[in-house]
Amino acid sequence: MEKIPILKMGRFLLVTIQVDMHDQLAMQLQENLTDRIVAVRARGVLIDISSLEVVDSFIGRMISNIAAMARVLDAETVVVGIQPAVAITLVELGLSLEGVRTALDVDRGMAMLQQQLAGQR
Amino acid sequence: MAVVHRSVLPIRSQEDIVRVRQATRESAVAQGFSLVDQTKIVTAASELARNTLDYGGGGEVEITRLSDPPRRGVRLVFTDKGPGIADVGQALADGFTSGRGLGLGLGGARRLSNEFSIESRVGEGTQVTIARWR
Ligand SMILES: Nc1ncnc2c1ncn2[C@@H]1O[C@H](COP(=O)(O)OP(=O)(O)OP(=O)(O)O)[C@@H](O)[C@H]1O
Ligand SMILES: [Mg+2]
Repeated sequence: MEKIPILKMGRFLLVTIQVDMHDQLAMQLQENLTDRIVAVRARGVLIDISSLEVVDSFIGRMISNIAAMARVLDAETVVVGIQPAVAITLVELGLSLEGVRTALDVDRGMAMLQQQLAGQR
Repeated sequence: MAVVHRSVLPIRSQEDIVRVRQATRESAVAQGFSLVDQTKIVTAASELARNTLDYGGGGEVEITRLSDPPRRGVRLVFTDKGPGIADVGQALADGFTSGRGLGLGLGGARRLSNEFSIESRVGEGTQVTIARWR
């Protein structure tokens, strides 16, 4: 079975979505990620979607769900690398990734999470 | 208006939805669509293919590349023999879902296309047609 790898980077988790996911795979990622957040007590999740050429309402909902679940588990989610064409399309689709923060790339997303953590102490 | 290329794909599984996205992309690229226009029609195709599978119980899509000089377009016709839609106006409204969706698929697909039409009969099925031109 294909699986989307989840990398641990300090107190954060990095997920790089590199395939055109079918729905089941997206659901699985949601579950695996929640498990991992708990297992490693992650404080932040970075979802890199720079390779995704399409984000439809299903993937959008998955991202929102991940962010909501992560928040309950005391972790912040940042989505990084949304392609401009995808961002434009999302607006027209009517999908607002509510409660999801975005950054241009992994480095900036990471900085965002670190700042947030530092601010909480 | 001339048909340049036509293909029909089944929509019976989640993998088929991925294939519909890929085939739609191929057609949009072949027709010289910009990246944004490609993304729009592929996203619309993804929404409609999922509806065909989830609500229509499966069906098929016909993908047609059209030439209408100086315009070039891609038309997608999604057909299922599912339960149909009793109130199309309601189904089109953003936020309406009979499942667990966001209710964005139909309205979104309409906004992402240049042409949109829907024909549905309760107990017989649903056909949604979209087209995008460059
Ligand atoms: N092919 C179809 N056959 C029967 N009913 C349909 C079909 N397509 C859509 N519908 C009905 O129209 C409603 C709205 O569809 P729409 O795609 O806008 O939203 P959704 O699928 O419920 O959620 P989302 O697409 O945001 O995940 C659906 O909930 C369903 O009741
Ligand atoms: Mg839908």
